[in-house]
Amino acid sequence: MAEPGRRPFIGQSLLRREDRRLLLGQGQYIGDLVLPRMLHAAFVRSPLAHARIRSVDLARAAAVPGVVFVLSGIELAQLLPPVPDHQVALPSKWRTAVHHHILNPQQSLLAADKVRHVGEAYAVVVAESRYAAEDAAALVDAVFEPLPAVVDPEEGLRPGAPIVHEQFGTNLIAELAVTKGDIDGALQRAPHRLQRRFHHHRYAALPIECRGVASAYDERTQSLTTWSATQVVHWVRREVAATLGMPEARVRCVALDVGGGFGIKGHVYPEDLLIPFLARRLGRPVKWIEDRHEHLMCSCHSRDQIHDVEIGFDKDGRILAYRDRFIADCGAFNPIGSGAIYNTIAHLAGPYRIDNFAAEARIVATNKVPNAPYRGAGRPEAALATERAIDLIAGTLGLEPAEVRRRNMIRPDQMPYNVGILYRDGEPIVYDGGDYPAALEQALAAVGGLEAFRRRQSEARRENRYLGLGLGCYTEGTGAGPFEGATVRIDPSGKIYVASGACPQGQGMETIFAQIVADTWSVSPDDVVIALADTSVIPLGFGTVASRSTVTLSAAIHHASERLRTKTFAIAANLLECGPEDLELRNGTVAVIGVPDMSVPLGRVAKAAQPGWDHGRPAGVEAGLEDTYYWEPPTVTWSYAVHVAVVEVDIGTGAVKIERYAVAHDCGVVVNPMLVEGQIIGGAVQGMGGALLERFVYDGEGQLHTGSLMDYLVPTASDVPDIALVHLHSPSPLNPLGVKGLGEGGAIAPPVAIANAVSDALAPFGAEFNTTPVLPEQVIAAVRRGAAHR
Amino acid sequence: MSEPVTIRLTVNGKRLEGRCEPRKLLVDFLREDLGLTGTHVGCEHGVCGACTVLFNGESARSCIMLAVQAEGAELGTIEGLAKNGEFHPLQQAFHENHGLQCGFCTPGMLMVALDFLRLNPAPTEAEIREAISAVLCRCTGYRDIVRSIAAAAEKMRAGGEGTR
Repeated sequence: MAEPGRRPFIGQSLLRREDRRLLLGQGQYIGDLVLPRMLHAAFVRSPLAHARIRSVDLARAAAVPGVVFVLSGIELAQLLPPVPDHQVALPSKWRTAVHHHILNPQQSLLAADKVRHVGEAYAVVVAESRYAAEDAAALVDAVFEPLPAVVDPEEGLRPGAPIVHEQFGTNLIAELAVTKGDIDGALQRAPHRLQRRFHHHRYAALPIECRGVASAYDERTQSLTTWSATQVVHWVRREVAATLGMPEARVRCVALDVGGGFGIKGHVYPEDLLIPFLARRLGRPVKWIEDRHEHLMCSCHSRDQIHDVEIGFDKDGRILAYRDRFIADCGAFNPIGSGAIYNTIAHLAGPYRIDNFAAEARIVATNKVPNAPYRGAGRPEAALATERAIDLIAGTLGLEPAEVRRRNMIRPDQMPYNVGILYRDGEPIVYDGGDYPAALEQALAAVGGLEAFRRRQSEARRENRYLGLGLGCYTEGTGAGPFEGATVRIDPSGKIYVASGACPQGQGMETIFAQIVADTWSVSPDDVVIALADTSVIPLGFGTVASRSTVTLSAAIHHASERLRTKTFAIAANLLECGPEDLELRNGTVAVIGVPDMSVPLGRVAKAAQPGWDHGRPAGVEAGLEDTYYWEPPTVTWSYAVHVAVVEVDIGTGAVKIERYAVAHDCGVVVNPMLVEGQIIGGAVQGMGGALLERFVYDGEGQLHTGSLMDYLVPTASDVPDIALVHLHSPSPLNPLGVKGLGEGGAIAPPVAIANAVSDALAPFGAEFNTTPVLPEQVIAAVRRGAAHR
Repeated sequence: MSEPVTIRLTVNGKRLEGRCEPRKLLVDFLREDLGLTGTHVGCEHGVCGACTVLFNGESARSCIMLAVQAEGAELGTIEGLAKNGEFHPLQQAFHENHGLQCGFCTPGMLMVALDFLRLNPAPTEAEIREAISAVLCRCTGYRDIVRSIAAAAEKMRAGGEGTR
């Protein structure tokens, strides 16, 4: 805003200011926090998927030396009111327009009547050391009455199935439906129809830092500070205040350095409320650090949807009608309500023009770890259904899958494009610009071109080597509301201070917001102070989820700065004895346009703005040089990408090797290209893990068989290829900077791109990979089945 | 539980001692008793590698070792890499090549890379990838870590750092 178009820092790969402390070993994560007289909590977690709690005997645990306090869920139920409703509120525009029915099972902070999944906590031990707390936790004696478990969500819907939440009398805890056009008629009239089932499996974010909470209560001021490895400090504060019956003003929540989040730390967990409760009750700080085993059995899992797709198309492969009925296995509770599931519905159409569309979702409770958003949040499941279906259309008609996509893609001249259904914020989905066909062509070029690949593929087949190419295209609503805020203040030192409720977990926010502020105020990024992830720095905040912070916070900074600039200029004009209209921001000063030597440093303006004697404000201008703006985005910005996977499948071992991988993406205006690449590659590798390695395995009794990193496999450096990136730039018209969100995108397409690539590689065997992950045993089974039919 | 024992060892060139239960994990001893929280705990079962330290010059996972095993040993941790506030070439390369995002696996990555470059000062990309497969990173997708280590190797060869 200093001079339109003059942005020396936005668009530069500035090195991160976060790095120094982290590389020196001086970062501070929740596990590093030590408070005077601090106690340590350990939870006692259910070994059974579904059982009535008959009794919990804490006597042996309480007798362990060093144990200060023990508490069961049964006792807690008498001390604390039930947990308040903490599902994400839905806007009234959405509620009135979208058919929905949502039940709301609330999780107790400790299970009291039943345990509903392996890993649900039913007691807690607090001791002088974590070792003592864990010793004691192992001595808690509980008597359970085992109940049959709901493991398969479809079984859970059958009459007579065990019920996870008796008060509802059903495991069907939500239904959502959206239609557009004449789905039944269009399906009936379509020359070709195809039906398939697609299953996107359950996997999880798996940050290398598990969760953790530490709380301290100050009796003198009757206030509480809680530190949580969370993405949403203001949400945690709100729930803590409500649970403890305290004013929000007396509760502070801080997220220190957070070791990765990816969505799994994006909502309030029972421990976020119970640790503050314990700290207040015991009058001593209490800390709990989740261990990895706990993490795998109590931090939320994600994905896990079964889609039944029916699609009508013409002889050229044009989609005429698309119906998807799907089931989401939400596990024992549903902390985020319909969020990720409606995301799936909203993203099924992707970059394609689909005139007749219907989606019906059912959310089913099961005796598994609760399901909540993880990087992509419902979109990988949508991409799996749509992008697999398109490959099957291509297979039916004998067309190239890329060609079917070309024929159905929305063209740039059709932008902005109204999809015809609503987004989760209640606003119509209108794609705000982009060139989807260009992304497709450029992504294919980045792996060497489609024709060259087909030649290489047929040569390889003659040597009994199986290469495949798979595409995964998607659009992604990013930068969702309802709001994020920024406080911008000119410090008397001349530094610009910006505070917000956004919460970083490695994205480099301190760096990118310094870049944005530097350009906004014509200062050096070194002269910008960024304060995030602390409720004491700004009254209201939303937090960092859903690819939103660069979009929402950059706009809040812009608007707060515009108002603050007006005031800054008024005061500077008073000091310089000129009119505000004669002024501009110039290298850390307010300067007279066209007069090189006439300027006043920002710090001097800040001093002149202070209240008191001999201030430098003109009459009528209030004291202080600060503004807070809460930006409410009109709706989401639409990022998009095309992923291409080239794989080689070993039909002897079933191993899938990703030979090449390319991503062509568009996130509008880029603030820091280096960090953008880091986000995309990091996301894509998480998606590759989901495609080939990572999964939660439950047996028929609801026992979790993947409770350690020896069973739950995360990709290592030698499992993944280099990734070619292509950047497209269509600035969003929906925010001042023109940015679109990108944090999640990389993880959306790899599962389907790889499933498509493996299907393509094994096309000679008639193989279809419609479920994820693609495992060696499935490859071998498909090859055997195909060989038998040849 | 049994009586605490005294452990004397050298960490980052400094002679230190602390008292802890014989069952205490080395990583907990480093973090809680010696206050060296730069080494992180990611899984407590020896898979993720975030807790990797140098143990008598070789990389080792401090979450599956006992503190008593370190009696008399020389340990190296992330806190000992920089000299007088100046980054080690590995740290500098991680900074310049965006080799870290959240920073949680970084101590393990740095220690593994240090040991690896001592043994193989001129590695190929595939060799780097294999070496750092000992540490899980969830943020970066590894590309920029691989680039960081390659860049550091080059600088260390030029500056004779690999032999120190």
